[in-house]
Amino acid sequence: MLYNEPSPLEVKVLTRRFGLPNSTSLDTYLATDGYAGFRNALQRKPEQIIEEVKASGLRGRGGAGFSTGMKWGFVPAQSPKPKYVVVNADESEPGTCKDRLLIENDPHQLIEGMLIAGLAVGAHTGYIYVRGEYRYLIGILDRAIAECYQRGYLGRNILGTGFDFDASTHTGAGAYEVGEESALLESLEGKRGIPRIRPPFPAVSGAFQCPTVLNNVETFCAVPAILRDGGAAFAALGTPRNGGTRLFCLSGHVNRPGVYELPMGFPLLRMIGEVGGGIRGGKKLKAVIPGGSSCPVLKAEECDLPMDFDSLAKAKSMLGSGGVVVMDEDTDMVRVALRIMRFYEHESCGWCIPCREGTLWLKKLLARVDGGQGRASDIDLIGELARNMLGRTFCPLGDAAALPTISLVEKFRGEFDARLAEARAPGREALAVV
Amino acid sequence: MTFSPELEARFAEMVRHYPPGHERAALIPMLLYAQDEVGSITPALVAEIAARLHLTPLQVDEVVGYYSMLHRRPLGRYHVQVCTNVSCLLTGGADLWEHARRRLGLEHKQVSADGMFSLEEVECIGACSWAPAVQVNYDYHHLITPEKLDELLARLRRAGESHAV
Repeated sequence: MLYNEPSPLEVKVLTRRFGLPNSTSLDTYLATDGYAGFRNALQRKPEQIIEEVKASGLRGRGGAGFSTGMKWGFVPAQSPKPKYVVVNADESEPGTCKDRLLIENDPHQLIEGMLIAGLAVGAHTGYIYVRGEYRYLIGILDRAIAECYQRGYLGRNILGTGFDFDASTHTGAGAYEVGEESALLESLEGKRGIPRIRPPFPAVSGAFQCPTVLNNVETFCAVPAILRDGGAAFAALGTPRNGGTRLFCLSGHVNRPGVYELPMGFPLLRMIGEVGGGIRGGKKLKAVIPGGSSCPVLKAEECDLPMDFDSLAKAKSMLGSGGVVVMDEDTDMVRVALRIMRFYEHESCGWCIPCREGTLWLKKLLARVDGGQGRASDIDLIGELARNMLGRTFCPLGDAAALPTISLVEKFRGEFDARLAEARAPGREALAVV
Repeated sequence: MTFSPELEARFAEMVRHYPPGHERAALIPMLLYAQDEVGSITPALVAEIAARLHLTPLQVDEVVGYYSMLHRRPLGRYHVQVCTNVSCLLTGGADLWEHARRRLGLEHKQVSADGMFSLEEVECIGACSWAPAVQVNYDYHHLITPEKLDELLARLRRAGESHAV
């Protein structure tokens, strides 16, 4: 089902079957070039598949932006242990709602991506780890998987080629931290979602301590098109070193929020103005979170840039998970900072002290400033605390909490100072905490 | 402890997916699916699942404590989850949360006396582009206004009451 009107500016590669009748059925999939990429992959050697993926310029869509082909290449070709393919469908980065649509509308594309990954690295088992809240997707995936078994696209001797592959779904039960790959593997094994110390990386020691390819849903969903049309064709859709298209989740103060598939490098201001229909109520743009709540915020004057990994890195932010959160001129940035920190404090798994304690104290300080009881020294203290978390945790959650906070305080310092001044003004009532 | 034949079949199928010696992998799905049937994670359920997966009850308990969707007390027939994370906050989620509290007369994680409703302020549920969003049990409701929430709650109450008869 589609929840928003498509935009004429979209370039539909991963979303090409969205809106087709019975888009989740194997017959619809086969009638629209489904499993053509897998058939091509069957004709190639594993290293040739990996080369094709490298040539596509595909970079991890979960947020890290690492080359998918390189990641697959780290899996040892020879291994005495079995190897695994794991799909990260634990989508939970605030601002992000695209993986849900990819599974809801086209589950076979994801299964085909897993099969190609299995051929590339020599894995014969795949798991799709779906966040617990997305229960309805498990039904859609289980039906698609059952159809594949019935029609010989999964199981023993797939399409008579001698290749075996089993796939199944696995539900989570509510934990943002599990979106981090090593925590996801812990959770898959039936434990608390605590990150693992790396190295070894999952490519060498992942699921059940065996070599594992682990990617985001959108990353796997790009693979069938790459093997069908060639890596070069996919790369050409985007900008140099940033191949293909990307599903951008436009939310916040735009007239037409929605999930849109656009070429990598699509200009952010056009995304807001033309795809999103501009700012609601004719207001002015104040700021954008460009890739989910973990990313440093961009001020309006910093938004004249193309949306790809490298351009965002140059702007000292991140393309992240594709969650583009647009804020108008009336947005209360102190409250945004507090709400984001409340989230990270709730989700910190507690394993690393800088994250566990840092998020708690930052939440308390931000609540105090927002609530009108702040002290003049609090704002510097917030920045100092956040900077002390950077790079001092086993997984990126600590940085994810610190980076947006640092950017909000630095770029909107005036609003934080004003809140303190308001608090000191006589007769002012304290704002309710969100 | 006995489960429905459907759940037993699901468990039997599930355990086959994991490599030999790693049946513990089924723990979290088993807990969530069993909770859906039993209503909450009871000590008897912990003991049962621990025995089935050759774990100690403590090993199961520490997992139960970690995941936000696993709960030790029953929720309402309709568990109303209002997202107030950033995309929802910008589009009225905080007001919607206040409205839900007043309308249901419940606070965060409280259950109504008749067991019909429970309320929870939740973190991002993945509906950011169709915000503000509410999830009731596993069902998504997008672009919710206070008026639409009232209609939804009234509809659920009618459905719940006809169920009870």
